[in-house]
Amino acid sequence: MVENKRIDEPTGTQTVGHEWDGIEELNTPLPRWWLLTFYACILWAIGYVIFFPAIPMLHGATKGITGWSSHGQLEASMNAEAKRRAPITAAIAATPIEQLLANDKLKQAAIEGGRAAFKVHCVQCHGSGATGSKGYPNLNDDDWLWGGDIATIHYTITHGVRNPDHNETRFSQMPAFAGVLTPAEISSVVSFVRTISGQQQPNAASARGATLFAANCSQCHGPEGKGGRQFGAPNLTDAIWLYGGDRATITQTVMKSRFGVMPRWNNRLDPVTIKMLAAYVHSLGGGEAAPSAPAANVKP
Amino acid sequence: MSNLEGLIDPGSPLYERRKGVYPKAVDGFFRRLKWAAMAVTLTIYYVTPWLRWDRGPYAPDQAVLVDLAHRRFYMFAIEIWPHEFYYVAGLLVMAGIGLFLVTSAVGRAWCGYACPQTVWTDLFQHVERAIDGDRNAQIRLAHSPWGLEKIAKRVAKHAIWIIIGALTGGAWIFYFADAPTLMRHFMAGDAPFVAYSTVAILTATTYIFGGLMREQVCIYMCPWPRIQTAMLDEKSLVVTYKDWRGEPRTHGVKKAADEGLKTGDCIDCTQCVQVCPTGIDIREGPQIGCITCALCIDACDKVMAQIGRPRGLIDYCTLDDAAIEKAGGTPKPVLKTLFRPRTLAYLSIWSAIGLAMLFSLGARTRLDLSVQQDRNPIYVQLSDGSIRNNYTIKVRNMEARPRKVVLKVSGLSDARMWTQDGGRASASDEVEVTVDPDSVLKVRLFVAAPSKGPERQPFEISAQAAGTNEKGDSDTTQFERPEHEEDEE
Ligand code: SF4
Ligand code: SF4
Repeated sequence: MVENKRIDEPTGTQTVGHEWDGIEELNTPLPRWWLLTFYACILWAIGYVIFFPAIPMLHGATKGITGWSSHGQLEASMNAEAKRRAPITAAIAATPIEQLLANDKLKQAAIEGGRAAFKVHCVQCHGSGATGSKGYPNLNDDDWLWGGDIATIHYTITHGVRNPDHNETRFSQMPAFAGVLTPAEISSVVSFVRTISGQQQPNAASARGATLFAANCSQCHGPEGKGGRQFGAPNLTDAIWLYGGDRATITQTVMKSRFGVMPRWNNRLDPVTIKMLAAYVHSLGGGEAAPSAPAANVKP
Repeated sequence: MSNLEGLIDPGSPLYERRKGVYPKAVDGFFRRLKWAAMAVTLTIYYVTPWLRWDRGPYAPDQAVLVDLAHRRFYMFAIEIWPHEFYYVAGLLVMAGIGLFLVTSAVGRAWCGYACPQTVWTDLFQHVERAIDGDRNAQIRLAHSPWGLEKIAKRVAKHAIWIIIGALTGGAWIFYFADAPTLMRHFMAGDAPFVAYSTVAILTATTYIFGGLMREQVCIYMCPWPRIQTAMLDEKSLVVTYKDWRGEPRTHGVKKAADEGLKTGDCIDCTQCVQVCPTGIDIREGPQIGCITCALCIDACDKVMAQIGRPRGLIDYCTLDDAAIEKAGGTPKPVLKTLFRPRTLAYLSIWSAIGLAMLFSLGARTRLDLSVQQDRNPIYVQLSDGSIRNNYTIKVRNMEARPRKVVLKVSGLSDARMWTQDGGRASASDEVEVTVDPDSVLKVRLFVAAPSKGPERQPFEISAQAAGTNEKGDSDTTQFERPEHEEDEE
């Protein structure tokens, strides 16, 4: 190809000797500073490889003499972030849960921290939007089994529900009525429950169910079926059903009873995180104002 | 060093050393135009940050200010918030189309007169001439051995260049903070680090690009000449050497005429080449190195006057006109060249965008609402059977005083709303919030409505300053309900 080099007439420039479909490339020289810049870049690259982790090895990469690494940088910034948050974390730790919402700044920080912790620890059961699912309460609504003020939520998260190893856990158990009541009686009770929740019109069966309800269920669910938070007994008159409000599901519930559990978190999470979780759950839209005295239900 | 010299062998056909360019001083119409352009652009650049504009107690009083920390952009009476960034985008689009307009009408006028690279290079060359003298003296000095005089001149020149560079970088930072305050801090040494580093970087780039690299930037680094060449057409004005008039170049016109030879107007005095700031010979035809500064026109016009020929051997000319003139016709009037369908099209697009922006500036409100529906959960079943949707709303109060704002729902019957602070106890058909001056309030809004209704119902949330009938803002969103089950039984 070299032998094909020639001077291009109109420009007076030498060609490089290549030709594609009659198009020839002119050998237009680069400016020298451009070349020097290129060499400088090569030097820079060599320096880079020496100073920073650069060459991939079997396990990790070469270290580089500055000791810098992105992992190290991440760790440093995580530490810095923890340090930055230390005052607010300490303030949350020092604030009793009942007063946490009074301070706007603490409240915001707690809700955001709780949001993050919820995504790690709670979404498995309650869902990423805290909407729960069948058997797992929706934390957005205004219906609470054990209570919806922040202190009560905090208690529930701390001690969990029905933890056999823990004295202070929330505990209650609905009896299974399968052997206690006859199938016909159970059917009447179901009719009554569906009547008080407005899902069906009163009839003879529901009237029979009312008597049975008063005798067997009202201790926990209250005479009107409005539930009892002391026992975590659901309100049967509202529109919210943990397992479902249709005939078949209620029948199943009465016959075999239900036994929902929730882990206690005081053996896994630090107190500040638990407080933040309580603040977050309280913020979801169903949070209640503090009642006169926090409801504490302990194992009898 | 010798090894390095080997690597970049000066004789190599692949690389070449920069050829020195020592443009000669020239005077004339276009040179004066260039002076004027330089004066105007530099004045705008240096003076703008010092203009004051009274905006009341809560806002800065700098006429043009890019307030990055608070994310505001002030331009005289106009204040732009981040969500109104489309105004800035609009200005950039206008600048782009404006460049198309100018280029299609008068070629690379931007390059020749207004480009910062050109303006500062020009400034640096004037400094150079003031110290080293004009072209010939510069060449002599460049080739003379180092001595006291050369060192003194070189030190003076580079020192002044660096000072100009520092002033350039220094002026830039004043666009981003209150200029007098920043100036005081800068001098006292307690301005933010970014101020000093910006000045340092801009000083370096101004000095290197404007002082050392000059035409190299235009020819090798700038993408614009490549794009511009594509935007020129045969009706755009470009600097043209009228070869049909100039050729053959003749040194001794009289003698040649006596000998009966054909003579052109060009006397090959190379004045046009000597004055060219990019060091090219325009007589070789249009080329990428030409920034159409028209200094060669000034130079040649002088020569033509001296030899008693009409001016304009080198002149602004369109390719079409060049062909007509060559064939002996009369070129079209300049106005016709400037106003033709293409430039008029650019002009109308350009002004349409400008008018639209002015119009929307006039019509915009200083209260802005945006509503975003929470998607997780989409809806919540409440114990009384009603359905609740959650919304995250942002209320922007763009006035420099705190305001109470009333939020209302319309198009959703029996809707009740409340915020997290009020709780459900405060549910009502409207909510009042207080927004700090010049800031955005983010609120979570809970809206509950009966479960009967369409599964997906559009409705509107509106915001209005409490107790006024000022124009507010509203946003349309959706209310979602679960699929209906009551039909089951
Ligand atoms: S200045 Fe005019 S006359 Fe002189 S060389 Fe250039 S074109 Fe020819
Ligand atoms: S050829 Fe003429 S117009 Fe072009 S850059 Fe040189 S002096 Fe300016």
